[in-house]
Amino acid sequence: MGDLIRIRDLTVRFYTYEGVVHAINDLDLDIRQGETLGIVGETGSGKSMTALAILRLIPYPGKIESGSIVFRDRDSGGETELLKLREDRMRAIRGNKISMVFQEPGAALNPVYTIGDQISEVFLLHRRRELGRQAKRRVDSLLSGGNGLAAGVKRPFWQWQSRLYNKIAEEPHAVEPRLLNRMPLFKRLLWRLQDEANLLTVKMLKDVEIPDAARVAAHYPHELSGGMKQRAVIAMALACSPELLIADEPTTSLDVTIQAQMLELFRRIKADRGASVLFITHNLGVAAEVCDRLAVMYAGRLCEVATLEDIFLHPLHPYTRALLNAVPIPGKELQTIPGALADALNPPPGCRFHPRCPSAMPMCQQERPKLKLVAKDHMVACYLF
Amino acid sequence: MRRPVGAVKAVDGVSLTIKPGQWLGLVGESGCGKTTLAKTVVRLLKPTSGRIYFDIPDVVKAEIEALESAGKNSGELNSLLKENDLATFSSNRVRLFRRRAQLVHQDPFTSLDPRMKIKDTVAEPLRIHRVLSGEASKTAVKQLLGTVGLSAEQMERYPHQFSGGQRQRIAIARALATKPEFIAFDEPTSALDVSVQAQILNLLKDLKKEFGLTYLYITHELLIAESVCDYIAVMYLGRVVEMGRPEEVFHAPRHPYAHSLVAATPVPDPNRRVGRIVLPGEVPSPANPPPGCAFHPRCSQATNECHKSAPALERVSDDHYVACFHPL
Repeated sequence: MGDLIRIRDLTVRFYTYEGVVHAINDLDLDIRQGETLGIVGETGSGKSMTALAILRLIPYPGKIESGSIVFRDRDSGGETELLKLREDRMRAIRGNKISMVFQEPGAALNPVYTIGDQISEVFLLHRRRELGRQAKRRVDSLLSGGNGLAAGVKRPFWQWQSRLYNKIAEEPHAVEPRLLNRMPLFKRLLWRLQDEANLLTVKMLKDVEIPDAARVAAHYPHELSGGMKQRAVIAMALACSPELLIADEPTTSLDVTIQAQMLELFRRIKADRGASVLFITHNLGVAAEVCDRLAVMYAGRLCEVATLEDIFLHPLHPYTRALLNAVPIPGKELQTIPGALADALNPPPGCRFHPRCPSAMPMCQQERPKLKLVAKDHMVACYLF
Repeated sequence: MRRPVGAVKAVDGVSLTIKPGQWLGLVGESGCGKTTLAKTVVRLLKPTSGRIYFDIPDVVKAEIEALESAGKNSGELNSLLKENDLATFSSNRVRLFRRRAQLVHQDPFTSLDPRMKIKDTVAEPLRIHRVLSGEASKTAVKQLLGTVGLSAEQMERYPHQFSGGQRQRIAIARALATKPEFIAFDEPTSALDVSVQAQILNLLKDLKKEFGLTYLYITHELLIAESVCDYIAVMYLGRVVEMGRPEEVFHAPRHPYAHSLVAATPVPDPNRRVGRIVLPGEVPSPANPPPGCAFHPRCSQATNECHKSAPALERVSDDHYVACFHPL
């Protein structure tokens, strides 16, 4: 098992009027093939920004300052440096090789398009070649099977269609279909592509356990419940069988019973497709349910990266321990973390956690501890170890 | 042009008792009527029917019940109700009552007026209820901010200068201003981070001990309910389906819904990952609830009986009540 994504020295800053916000600082993180890596942390710890940086979708005042994100393609084995990729090449990766499920399914869906339209768009963008091939096969079967007067009249048109779809199958962005696509009325001549995409869409919706998928595909987002919407968004993210699925708090806005259904779905997806999942959450219970490894973040930095069992049973970093103690567990006294979250504008020097840390040393104020390997698969950034 | 097309029974036939000094946890999924119930208890909403008694001697309650069962719509009953039943209180009496019962809202980002200084926000209940004024109210505000863990110099600031946890502390200080006996909390920590949530929960514990308060605590997180509350009511679609002490409700639930809710809750313990039940389907709309027991379409135990009539809350052991024909 190799690494699918290798992040090194990633730094993201936001240039705001109040000052420079250090959203992510020198982050090193690997996502392995076929694993579910969870990132946990509180608000403002940089969890979501890490995910957005991988997709290069950091919003405006923010900038990826330095670092590298290497993506290793499972199929071809080639390595790509995502941060140096041209924008159009990046667009071919987004939603195709790496896709994302956002926190609020209501906000992630466009209210004026049907669910089916929005999912088939993914296929039309990234799977044009396959759609063209499929459409050609369908026209060819019409050509070979059709007899009689009507078929005789339509035959030249079918032959032209077959040639057209063949072109798309060979080169997805050939001149002729592209020109057709630009012309308002002639655009309809490519309807078979949309048809094939719709078939795939319904199959995708069935895959995420949406009952009556064909009917749901014709619905607008407001007609569906929160859980259904999230399923549709997951279907959209899975449409192109991505190698990495990034899920940014996918269950936060859902009810417990619906959340349980979603977590079950995520577990099945991973087992069926062997995709890696980057699961971002602030709920340690949810993390314990789905993740194989966990990365704990605090104020833009990684504190601890370890297997799920190690994090929960043998946490090392003082912040990880404090976080676990702050979770209400029946029968146990609730422990709080003194102080407030580090100010992102003026972060404390050295280790960001030292003002709240019970075992802080003078050294902690001066220099930032580096992430060290202390046991197999267990990395900690703390001077105690 | 505008006419009501139907009635949503947000809360339907709920009977609950909160004992003095109790910390009652009300759990359930969104749309089950938790918030509506809390708002009704402090009379921000007027119930369509039903009675709410607040600190009324049992003798009076018995008297009202006796008159009611006699079936006469007598003047005696009406005057008794006007005196004792919150649901029929006049607005003046409601105002007097609110001195003794307060509500803390869910989202501290919307429950504080952004254009009022903290000192004004916290002093507002004192002014409205004419408890204190002038210099006395200022010292009271300082003291209140102190009890919730904020410093006196922060009282000149505006809400946007505070973090989520601090804002919730301010909202709690405001609720404490009139020295109430009862506070209803509507998911006070759902907008907060885990570490801040722990701070707020500990604060609530301390305040309860210090002032001898009674709490109604609404949450959808069972772990919180189990660790802080001393009595639990589980709601589903406007009805209470199970009530009992936390160890009974969470470790030996009798209602199928309570059971699956407990099973669906993720526990931060990698060893307890197995044996979950995933409940099929979704919560039906409260505007069009299923007939009979509202839970029957999703229930594994459902029989014909459940389609036809709704089960009433029945006592299964001391202090443990379940509304189900086929309790587990």
